[in-house]
Amino acid sequence: MAKYNLKINGKTRAVDVDPSTPILWVLRDHLNMPGTKFGCGMAMCGACTVHLDGNAVRSCSMPVSAVGKMAITTIEGLSENAAHPVQKAWLEHDVAQCGYCQGGQIMSAAALLKSNPNPTDEDIDAAMSGNICRCGTYLRIKEAIKTAAKN
Amino acid sequence: MSNQNRRSFLKASALSGGGFMLGISFLSNYEAVGKKVVANLPLDFNELNGFVKITADNIIKIMSPNPEGGQGVKTSMPMIVAEELDVDFSKIVIEQADLDTKHFTRQFIGGSQAIHQGWKPLRVAGATAREMLRLAAAKTWNVPLEEISTESGVLYHKKSGKSANYGEMATAAAQIPVPKDVKLKEVKDFKIIGKSKRNVDLEKIVTGKPLFGIDTRTDGMLIAMIVHPPAMGLKFKAVNAANALKMKGIKAVFPIKIFNDDYEKTFFDTNQFNEVVAVVGNSTWEVMQAKKALKIDWQEAETLAEKRNINSRKMTQNIPSGLENSADHTAKFAEMMAKPGNVRRKDGDVEAAFKNAAKVIERTYNAPFLVHNCMEPMNFFAHVTEEKAELLGPLQKPEFTEQALSARLSMPLEKIDIKMTRLGGGFGRRSYAHWMIEAALISQKVKAPVKLIYTREDDMTAGICRPSYSAKYRAALDANNNLIGFHVKAGGMPQSPLSPNRFPAGTIDNYLAEDFTIDTNITVGSYRAPHSNFMAAVEQSFLDEVAESAGKDPIAFRLELLKRAKENPVGKNNDYQPDRFAKVLELVKEKSNWENTKGSKKLGFSAYFCHDSYAAHVLDLEIKDGSPQINKVWCAIDCGIVVNPIAAKNMAEGGIVDAVGASMFAKMSFTKGVPESNNFHNYRMIRHNEAPKAIEIHFVESSEDPTGMGEPAYPPVYAALANALYKATGKRLYNQPFGENI
Ligand code: FES
Ligand code: FES
Repeated sequence: MAKYNLKINGKTRAVDVDPSTPILWVLRDHLNMPGTKFGCGMAMCGACTVHLDGNAVRSCSMPVSAVGKMAITTIEGLSENAAHPVQKAWLEHDVAQCGYCQGGQIMSAAALLKSNPNPTDEDIDAAMSGNICRCGTYLRIKEAIKTAAKN
Repeated sequence: MSNQNRRSFLKASALSGGGFMLGISFLSNYEAVGKKVVANLPLDFNELNGFVKITADNIIKIMSPNPEGGQGVKTSMPMIVAEELDVDFSKIVIEQADLDTKHFTRQFIGGSQAIHQGWKPLRVAGATAREMLRLAAAKTWNVPLEEISTESGVLYHKKSGKSANYGEMATAAAQIPVPKDVKLKEVKDFKIIGKSKRNVDLEKIVTGKPLFGIDTRTDGMLIAMIVHPPAMGLKFKAVNAANALKMKGIKAVFPIKIFNDDYEKTFFDTNQFNEVVAVVGNSTWEVMQAKKALKIDWQEAETLAEKRNINSRKMTQNIPSGLENSADHTAKFAEMMAKPGNVRRKDGDVEAAFKNAAKVIERTYNAPFLVHNCMEPMNFFAHVTEEKAELLGPLQKPEFTEQALSARLSMPLEKIDIKMTRLGGGFGRRSYAHWMIEAALISQKVKAPVKLIYTREDDMTAGICRPSYSAKYRAALDANNNLIGFHVKAGGMPQSPLSPNRFPAGTIDNYLAEDFTIDTNITVGSYRAPHSNFMAAVEQSFLDEVAESAGKDPIAFRLELLKRAKENPVGKNNDYQPDRFAKVLELVKEKSNWENTKGSKKLGFSAYFCHDSYAAHVLDLEIKDGSPQINKVWCAIDCGIVVNPIAAKNMAEGGIVDAVGASMFAKMSFTKGVPESNNFHNYRMIRHNEAPKAIEIHFVESSEDPTGMGEPAYPPVYAALANALYKATGKRLYNQPFGENI
């Protein structure tokens, strides 16, 4: 066990966990932040996507010991009331079906737009192809990303 | 009112709690659809019926009876109630009902039937509640009922200028005897139905609020996982947990038996891995690590003749012993294909037709086992004590699993409380809730609330596959290229996919449909559009080839057959309405500009009728860098009245994307009983860059009662893709997944 002071969504949170524990389970089990989802546990589905210093990472495959001073942003921290442009665009396009993958999709999309405010279709495909949606909402996601880019 | 509907009108007492359990926060917030938080708990609701509850302060709550798994029923079912109740949809509160067989019937997801079957009862529930409010107003104001009108949740007596909101009359209305034969609205007067409403949970989804079973958390809750045998055909023998129990946070390791040996199973009870090892601890990561430290001995399972009682029909299912290989399955299909099958339909003289044919076309198609891969892995919460069993989580058919759980816990149904969370996908997989029983048994044993979670690997290799199938088609054409004979033989492991009375039955004088099954210990279950997902794929691929061989346009060829079915059908027992079917063909032909572009573009056509809705697709693709790129899919659907267009379109788009993925990539193979895929690195799912670039959905305008949308768009996609791939590559595809065979 080891103690960590993590910067999450602008607050410092203390946890005492095994250093190998992935960020995903620190969030879900130890900090009661279930917005970040478990899908595969091997960086293949994107359901667990969070931002580390603004970059999209798969939290299921990154141990808490590797976080250091980097700031973690989760879907809960993007905005509480769906005010972030990406969340707004998701509402506008009624993107979700079951919704389980969408937190991860939104986090990947938000990171993409931050580094590339006007992505082409190919840019979107490249940035989003790590996020699986079994319900098949890919087209709406792409439209929503374009709407968010405009705003 | 039928007896069944009557049940939903049993009036309960005025107070109804609902939604509280062990302080699980996400079950207990009262927010209106328009997102305004309307109240803090608890509230005193006047229950007008199982669906409509109104407080004196005018908080109007509509219960959504069926589980929500992405098909949109938590929005669309309350829309139907709200329409007849005459309320402002943005101001109502919607609550997911618990399993409550006293108030609701058919509280499950399956067969695209929620809206189809719910249409009448939901409308009657809304209309009856409105009538009770009107009766209460008439009585209170002492005026004739006919003079009471309503508008958006307000009662009016225009003559006297009196008005009252529903809340003011709710207490009085709850005392009124339930009126019968209440008049329903005319379709032309609908204000809510047919207008797009956003998914009512969407804001919670995009802000990461807890909604799913896997998000459940209560004080003192432990985390549990299971280890099931690594191969189909194996069973548990012994476990050595010494090392695991030394690990931090680990509380207990023990085997559990899901069904009692003598339990007579019903349809949705499972038969895979009846004994699994449970690992219980403080946190998910700790339990995951402990699983790896277990030493478990497995042994070969015996052959089993399992008894089932399916709707009072007693059946025995043979489950062979042994460790099966996919290569042997292929050989078995070939062997069965060479033998006569069970004749399921026969019209005319098929043998003579084939003997007299100028041309005979014969093709055999094969499809592998598939797994569902709902994005939310299987999970369930349970808290079982001596007095009661509280269960909460994502499942499709709570009513059925409740029976099995009651038998297993030897606990009467009254003591079992099942609450439903949003499902992170269902697709049939969550109809088989063995994990709910597992969670309950684990909680009972450790005497604590427990959340059971499957890892992706546990989930993908637990059985409940889409069956593997094969079908052989033969068509006889005369010298004028008329289709004079048709023969299909279809088989599955272990279930037959055949629906013998579907198109093209009824369109051909000489028609024979046969089927067969092959026993296997690979366990199977419903998978989005069960059986149709295979039959549509192969029948519509075959008809494309027959049309080509007859020198006919594929759409014109099918329309010709449908004309025959309408004007002069063969046999009486044909499972489709030819004119409704023809309409979707015409519509997709028009919208895709088929006539003008079929020469230049690589277009594939396909159409199918299942789950009471008609769907037809035209798919346009090209080969880019050796891989197919789907430029566009046009889709025409007749599902009667479209309740919530934006959501219905979402279902169709998703069905198309999902089916493109499954037909291109999906496959579960077995070697010595071991599933060869166990996570997304070796079971390929469609991704963003592989989805069609554009999809256009068109609904046939209709005033027919609505039918389902969860499944119908899915099955015909496989063949539209195969037929377009043929145009692009010159190669017909007979084996799924196509990606391996292009
Ligand atoms: S759970 Fe992390 S990528 Fe799938
Ligand atoms: S919305 Fe269901 S997995 Fe994406």
